Amino acid sequence: MAEPHITPPRLTLRGITKTYPGCVANDAIDLSIEAAEIHALLGENGAGKSTLMKVIYGLVKPDQGELLWDGLPIDVRDPAHARKLGIGMVFQHFSLFETLTVTENIALALGEDAGDLPSLAERISAVSQKYGMALNPDREVHTLSVGERQRVEIVRCLVQPIKLLILDEPTSVLTPQEVETLFVTLRQLAEEGCSILFISHKLNEVRALCHRATILRAGRVSGECVPTEESSESLARMMVGDDTPISTDYPKVQGQEPFLQVRGLTRLSDDPFGVDLQAISFDVQAGEILGIAGVAGNGQEELLGALSGEDEVDNHDAIHFPHGAVGHLSPRERRAAGMAFVPEERLGRGAVPDMSLKDNALLTGFLTGLVKRGLIAHGKTRDFAEQIIERYRVKTPGTETHAASLSGGNLQKFIIGREIMQQPKLLIAAHPTWGVDIGAATAIHKALIELRDQGAAILVVSEDIDELFQISDRIGALCHGRLSPIKATPQTSINEVGRWMAGDFSEPQATAETISA
Amino acid sequence: MDIDLLSNILYAMVRTGTPLLLVALGELVCEKSGVLNLGQEGMLLMGAVVGFVAALLSGSLMLGFLLAILAGVAMSLLFGLIALGFSANQVATGLALTIFGTGLSAFIGSEFVGKPIDGLDPIALPLLSEIPLIGKMLFAQDPVVYLSFALFIAVYWFFRSSRPGLVVKAVGENPHAANAIGLPVMRTRYLAVMFGGAMAGLAGGYLSIAYTPLWVENMSAGRGWIALALVVFASWKVERVLLGAWLFGLASILHLVFQGLGFSISSNLLAILPYAATILVLVLLSRNQIRARLLAPISLGKPFHASS
Repeated sequence: MAEPHITPPRLTLRGITKTYPGCVANDAIDLSIEAAEIHALLGENGAGKSTLMKVIYGLVKPDQGELLWDGLPIDVRDPAHARKLGIGMVFQHFSLFETLTVTENIALALGEDAGDLPSLAERISAVSQKYGMALNPDREVHTLSVGERQRVEIVRCLVQPIKLLILDEPTSVLTPQEVETLFVTLRQLAEEGCSILFISHKLNEVRALCHRATILRAGRVSGECVPTEESSESLARMMVGDDTPISTDYPKVQGQEPFLQVRGLTRLSDDPFGVDLQAISFDVQAGEILGIAGVAGNGQEELLGALSGEDEVDNHDAIHFPHGAVGHLSPRERRAAGMAFVPEERLGRGAVPDMSLKDNALLTGFLTGLVKRGLIAHGKTRDFAEQIIERYRVKTPGTETHAASLSGGNLQKFIIGREIMQQPKLLIAAHPTWGVDIGAATAIHKALIELRDQGAAILVVSEDIDELFQISDRIGALCHGRLSPIKATPQTSINEVGRWMAGDFSEPQATAETISA
Repeated sequence: MDIDLLSNILYAMVRTGTPLLLVALGELVCEKSGVLNLGQEGMLLMGAVVGFVAALLSGSLMLGFLLAILAGVAMSLLFGLIALGFSANQVATGLALTIFGTGLSAFIGSEFVGKPIDGLDPIALPLLSEIPLIGKMLFAQDPVVYLSFALFIAVYWFFRSSRPGLVVKAVGENPHAANAIGLPVMRTRYLAVMFGGAMAGLAGGYLSIAYTPLWVENMSAGRGWIALALVVFASWKVERVLLGAWLFGLASILHLVFQGLGFSISSNLLAILPYAATILVLVLLSRNQIRARLLAPISLGKPFHASS
């Protein structure tokens, strides 16, 4: 990095263009990465980040443009060739084999260079120790946590001489502590001269870690910058463009009549590792958003299951709609009474992966006149799906596209749109923007606020405390199956909700007394 | 029961189990690579008829076996072309292959039905075959049975400690990941399918040249299907395939044994034993989701296309 003009950049991309039927994934992209540089590739879902790194790794052939490696033009034939050059890649969806051990997994990727397994296991231990990534080479991968699996992928790249490490959204699966550990490793690698291409849409992380950033928007380079000199807002602006609003403040409102009333909801979990709900009581009022915070696994799943009607509740009176108790009603009957539900799991519960968007629209929309005398009104259903796609700006070739082929953010917009378009009186949304990029998250937040202003009662369960403070009118937290007090958002603080999340529901009287004394 | 009878039962058990073992070993390798080839019965029959006709016309049993193997490989390549090359549904393609093989073998063999050849003779190994009880079972068999022992050890070693074996397992578990790290997914699957074809062809040749040296239409009598069930029964473990093949072999000669002992149990009833056992194993396997997931090749039966 000291003499960038004398040494050619480690990798240079010139005018890389890749077209798929129906979309231009990369449009004349230029990019250069120096030795020992941590370079961010920023962009929203669908901006072309994944395609670009597949080009670098030899998984995809570009239609046009050239790659220069240490200043010399090169044609990366396949991943094996890329590895020979010293390019390693850590995939977002791990490319690991669950039934094989760590050593076997790494041996497969190394090919003939792997040597015999015992000596490879020693190399793995040495590398994982050197970079502070504890790893047992003999464990089978299915027994590892997500964070440990990522370590396997990284160590797999590091047991060979490496000059460029590509990481695709590496932090999306990690806890904040694990992210810190990863960053330490990456900085250490960069100091040793390895270039790192860090693909992300998390602005804070990019600002904390990266030396330079290239921003992609809709397949083109929309900016280059030094992230530490930019604010999160200016980075976000480059990512989403000028026409997408990135509003951060919404007016807080007071709800009206309670729509959903929960009184003393107690339920023992069916799952031996589940959480029992203990006497949970709260209201969600028409025209307000109630946010429920909490670290995952504190009863969120159980609460959502009881409210949506998927899990049976013994005490039918525990859950009330304005017209009476609904604790005994099926999900379908609750939907007919005005409820809509956005589950956490998009593929599999929110949408059927192998069905088209049109058919997925029908799945919960069938109560709104899309089925007549037992027959599907195909024209109407298509119109309904098209309206969702248009209003919520779902990026997709059309209504016949399979749900599984949409990116997470796009599919979430479609699912939320599908529920909101049915004009529910009560919307229950679990983790509505989990893994979703800024543009889509903003669109989802705006849609929720708009629905609130039309008078619907909305319950948002989320792990993202910033998000809850942004959109909720009242807020509470779950801990070990118990619900904290609920306060109007302006009258509480992130600190207090943080205490609730840790199980401390007491009023901070101690401090008040100290002050008065 | 005297020891001679028992020794004879064990001998017949291994002999009857051999074609099952051969087909099941081939199918096991094929399924480990993620390809479900339901065409075993068709490949078996083609191997049987081609092997028999070649042996009859040339007078060379060796040539018969060679052509039987080639016939199996040719059939498996047809399957590979459709199911791998064109990414067709593997179940449908396999079923079609069985129907095709059944018909074609009947057509080829129509003029040779009932013609006799001198079959393969057993070779009793000196001294070893004199061991009481298991001597006859293990050391007084014909060469193909000895070959099946060797193939079992080879396949066991292949998956236990060879790199290509690891590649086959990886391709069967997650072909996309395998492709991403640069393993040759398609080549691996083609080779695994061809190995399955060769083994089925050899098993067919064994039936018509050694086990019952003659050709009868549909003479495999469902052994291809039993072998398929056997792979599941063995929960994709090589050593259990051997055990299962011999057990299923025993089950299919059990009615003879019972007759000899003076019991009368319907042979039809006994013939369902292998299938009943397979269903039982499937139920037991699926009781524990995690175990079931780890045993079966995860991508079994799913077509792979590099671009998706």
